[in-house]
Amino acid sequence: MNNPYFDLLMWARGPAFNIALFIFVAGIALRVVEIVALGRKRDLAPAKGNPVAQGLKTIFTRSVPRKGLVAYAPITYIGGYIFHMGFFVAFFLFGPHIAFIDGLIGVSWPNLSRVIIESAVALSVLALFALLYARMADPVRRALTTFDDCLVWLLSLLPMVTGYVAVNKLFGDPTLMLALHILSVELLMIAFPFTKLMHAVTFVMARYYNGAIQGRKGAQS
Amino acid sequence: MTATLERGLNALREQIDAPVAAFFSSCVSCGICAEACIFYRETHDPKFTPIRKLDLMRRLWRNEYTLFGRLANMVGLGRRITDDDLSAWEELVYDSCTMCGRCTMACPVGNDITMMIRKMREGMSAAGHGPVELIGAAQRHSDGSSPMGDLRKALRARVKHASQETGIDIEFDKQGADYLAIFSAQEIAEFPDVIAAMARIFKKAGVTWTVSEDAYEATNVGVQIGNRDIARLLVGRIVDTAEKLGVKGVISPECGHAYQALRWEGPNLIGRPYTFEVVHIIELLDRLRAQGKLKTTGKDTTRLTFHDPCQINRRGGIDREPRNLLNMVADDFIETDDAGTMNWCCSGGGGVGPNERANAVQSKAFNMKKRQFEKVAPDKIVTMCAFCHHTLEAQLDDNNMDIEVQGLTELMAEYLDDETWERGPER
Ligand code: SF4
Ligand code: SF4
Repeated sequence: MNNPYFDLLMWARGPAFNIALFIFVAGIALRVVEIVALGRKRDLAPAKGNPVAQGLKTIFTRSVPRKGLVAYAPITYIGGYIFHMGFFVAFFLFGPHIAFIDGLIGVSWPNLSRVIIESAVALSVLALFALLYARMADPVRRALTTFDDCLVWLLSLLPMVTGYVAVNKLFGDPTLMLALHILSVELLMIAFPFTKLMHAVTFVMARYYNGAIQGRKGAQS
Repeated sequence: MTATLERGLNALREQIDAPVAAFFSSCVSCGICAEACIFYRETHDPKFTPIRKLDLMRRLWRNEYTLFGRLANMVGLGRRITDDDLSAWEELVYDSCTMCGRCTMACPVGNDITMMIRKMREGMSAAGHGPVELIGAAQRHSDGSSPMGDLRKALRARVKHASQETGIDIEFDKQGADYLAIFSAQEIAEFPDVIAAMARIFKKAGVTWTVSEDAYEATNVGVQIGNRDIARLLVGRIVDTAEKLGVKGVISPECGHAYQALRWEGPNLIGRPYTFEVVHIIELLDRLRAQGKLKTTGKDTTRLTFHDPCQINRRGGIDREPRNLLNMVADDFIETDDAGTMNWCCSGGGGVGPNERANAVQSKAFNMKKRQFEKVAPDKIVTMCAFCHHTLEAQLDDNNMDIEVQGLTELMAEYLDDETWERGPER
């Protein structure tokens, strides 16, 4: 009870989380409305294929790299897969996270062992550094990189590092570390709608549109 | 801000819709689109990364169509687009993009970059930025009847010659024919044998068709330069003529962007569906094959490969059809790497070919095809777009590669099961 960081932890779990959640949800809703409200003209050319079916299919099939391209961007592809999978495993399948979500919305599911979660986090962090290296070393990626990309990189890294430190009590005060972990997630949530993190939502729309446009013509996507 | 710049930006604003916003919101700067683009792959110049060709459009979208962008704009933080920006982007939007569609297939988040480049060109051309060759062609085609000038006389002569050669009457403006055939200027000028080939195939298959001086030109420089008004005018000529003649369909010739313009953009340009169908010549031949109306005899024993035109396969959905046909007549058919949906562009599409400023980068881009052809070492390259045909011949010649190029319709006619032809033309 005398832990000086207890109040911080309570604040992070309580009011700060509520604020972050509100910005996260309202921000995403705003961004999605902002996109959808722009509308799309009805296509008057008679369809050859089924645009809706192919749009929906492409949401999934585009997760597989186009044949022959991995060899030209191996770090981006492999690093990208490892990072995303590791992040999702740690986020959704770690016991304390599931308990937290259960407390929030009353839904839970089985968790994975800590060894698996920690390996996933370690791989994810390594992947993030590999991706950063590719971003800096490769002229195409370096030229594309903006402040937004760097910020998103950092915001994705922080929750994993702070979470790992807090769970393993590596250094610092465990209560402080847990508070920092939660705060780093809140930072990610607040930034989400206004940075490239938003791709985690809009990629569904982008892939759908791509598949629907191609599918209408009977072309592959 | 000048009036033309403002006009260009307004044209660009009109192009921004939900898909564009979803695409820009989703880009994660991964650079994978570069690996798919022939211009980056053959030059290794990062400026040719496809999504960078859209930096200005993205800036406009962010400044004016996102909350944060609008706020930043209000306090004077949004960077405006200037006429110099547009000048600088001409090289990226026109000279180094054939609108081949490979980037659209590769982007992991699903961005249809090619479609956005097509849209970007609307803004560029409205602001007076476009390759002079395309502007000239647009002028000639709008004022006359073809981007190469007035080809009506030449068309008459080519049709007459085909009639004499085959002994088959080809009627102009025949009311109620099954199909109105239109051509690419390239065919009339360079590859007129396709007319005789069509005459023989259709005669055998019992298909009636006609040609018209009012609408014989299929190419549409409006969709290449990015000018909807011109594109609409040119498509409108074909639609008016087809509807006046009461044909069941219009045959889109062996030309990539013409198919794109007439089949997919056309109804949206004129604001209503057509009263006739648009069918690509190879689609039609494959249909006749399936109905047993296109029969061949004998096989071409030379080593053949096929070049997929981007606008017909990747962007047009015609992939199986040419292969069904080739398998009827080719004894030694070999595909190049990436053949089919992910085929590499001939290097001259999307207005790059006629654009002299792009000559140097185009010949570099052709190295991709060059290596692919060297690998399969064909005697002949078959294709289904007259402009690909023209580009391949020119580039092969520049590279001292002695490989014949042939249109698929002509190849099919060569092996048509046609006793009358073997005995000589009907009299
Ligand atoms: S459409 Fe083709 S040429 Fe144009 S940017 Fe995309 S990949 Fe490159
Ligand atoms: S491949 Fe797609 S996500 Fe990656 S940089 Fe290009 S447009 Fe952006």
